[in-house]
Amino acid sequence: MASPIVIIGAGQAAASFVSRHTALGSTQPLLLIGEESHPPYQRPPLSKKYLLGELERDRLFIRPLDWYAEQGVETRFNTRVTEIRPAARQIAVAAGDIIDYDRLIICTGSSARNLPAEIGGGLDAVFTLRSIADIDRLSPEFRTGRRLLIVGGGYIGLEAAAAGRQLGLEVTVIEMAERIMQRVAARETSNYFRHLHSSHGVEIMEGAEMIRLVEAGGRACGAELTSGEIIDADLVLIGIGGSPNIELAQAANLECDTGIRVDGACRSSDPYIYAAGDCTSFERNGQQIRLESVQNAADQGDLVARVIAGEDVSYTALPWFWSDQYDCKLQIAGLNIGYDQCVVRPGDKDQTQSIWYYSGDRLLAVDAINDPKAYVFGRKMIESGMNPRKESVASPDSDLRAIAKG
Amino acid sequence: MAKITWKMQDGTVISAEVKDGLNLMEAATANNVSHIMGECGGCLSCATCHVFVAHEWLAKTGEVDDIEDAMLEMTEVEREENSRLSCQIIASPELDGLLLHVPEPE
Ligand SMILES: Cc1cc2nc3c(=O)[nH]c(=O)nc-3n(C[C@H](O)[C@H](O)[C@H](O)COP(=O)(O)OP(=O)(O)OC[C@H]3O[C@@H](n4cnc5c(N)ncnc54)[C@H](O)[C@@H]3O)c2cc1C
Ligand code: FES
Repeated sequence: MASPIVIIGAGQAAASFVSRHTALGSTQPLLLIGEESHPPYQRPPLSKKYLLGELERDRLFIRPLDWYAEQGVETRFNTRVTEIRPAARQIAVAAGDIIDYDRLIICTGSSARNLPAEIGGGLDAVFTLRSIADIDRLSPEFRTGRRLLIVGGGYIGLEAAAAGRQLGLEVTVIEMAERIMQRVAARETSNYFRHLHSSHGVEIMEGAEMIRLVEAGGRACGAELTSGEIIDADLVLIGIGGSPNIELAQAANLECDTGIRVDGACRSSDPYIYAAGDCTSFERNGQQIRLESVQNAADQGDLVARVIAGEDVSYTALPWFWSDQYDCKLQIAGLNIGYDQCVVRPGDKDQTQSIWYYSGDRLLAVDAINDPKAYVFGRKMIESGMNPRKESVASPDSDLRAIAKG
Repeated sequence: MAKITWKMQDGTVISAEVKDGLNLMEAATANNVSHIMGECGGCLSCATCHVFVAHEWLAKTGEVDDIEDAMLEMTEVEREENSRLSCQIIASPELDGLLLHVPEPE
């Protein structure tokens, strides 16, 4: 029998690849191998509705468990791939089996970074948030009245802060940088979210550098800051970003930088190996970038299936992202890397606004806060390479639909 | 429970009994209805769950709110007056028999 296409990692990118591959009617066999015990699932709700207990586990699954067998896809969950042998076109799994592949798709995603053990990363009551298993560990501690300390004011930390307040925890966020969301957004967006969280009773400490977590009986019970201040806590959530799972690829001598380097067709430096999702790095507008988003994972996974089916396609999709905190919906179109100016457009209702990122006269990205129109039309403008004048965008009376029509 | 039918442009249909409370994007992906992707998981950020609701069912599927209305501007196949984002339609006994037409991008 012909060797299968093997997919390593059963997450968002893998699900998208498998969906497109089967939808294209390809008969080439697939083998999906994942380390977790679940079929591919959506991670975004983990720090939102699922953390709040508002979503049943099965509803996280991108396709129901039975779907894979119905499509003729062989799955091996609870299985870690330990080695790639490109010359032999084989992989090894933790149980010791060696598996031949015709093509290999690496969809290993990224991992949540923890604090180093020396400063408390390994203590009890310290959590990271990446998987269903993480939530299973966290949930029993995530209870009304508990003092939750969140290290890191990025999306995941802030979403968890919102969930914490909604469930009646006392929440403190410490951010080392001068402002929350500094790495991902402009000052205007940070300001909005700082205010949002403060008004919901979250204590936000910016420019707050932590020396170590404080321990009592093996459990973290707070954090010591460089200022000398000690923040007491019953549990600590570390939200300091992710690192790509590229060790397998590196050991197999695939070209890697901040991720597994892929070309416009998601090919790695080995002609039989592709990669998709959080673990890849690729070129965009002359820069090598890595993204952690559903859009990127889904679009790259989809693209690989088309490329293998012989379609002449390349990855040009515009990045988009969202974050839900309390009742607030942030939607982002485009990438703001390299912006030199921001324009704020007030929305037509209270608590709505959008932030438009420019490099010179070129529109790069839009952060739309409770303003889906700004998101939709901003996205259209960026997709079509349109660069609206800053003055017209800034004026709440201008008609975005008309501007987007050109 | 509600029996939901998705009709593709070539006339093929997929029908399924859908549990109350599930949204119809979830129901579609679970039943392998092609072209309904549901990338954002139903949080109104992707518009990849677009359907045309059979006219006689429009009233029963409920109102389009402001966010959905804006997001409907972003569908791959252009919106029509019976367009909905199916992640916003929740299965219930009143929808038993509902017919949805699935737009197919080029
Ligand atoms: C809490 C949270 C909230 C998020 N919110 C948003 C959001 O609102 N919007 C958004 O766009 N994105 C969000 N993201 C990001 C988004 O979920 C990821 O970008 C996306 O899941 C990436 O998909 P992937 O397939 O690359 O990786 P993953 O979905 O992480 O899948 C990778 C899989 O590979 C497995 N694996 C790794 N190594 C091996 C191995 N050696 N052998 C076998 N299996 C292996 C892993 O266990 C994992 O299951 C969020 C992420 C998290 C964690
Ligand atoms: S699933 Fe994304 S808008 Fe419906």
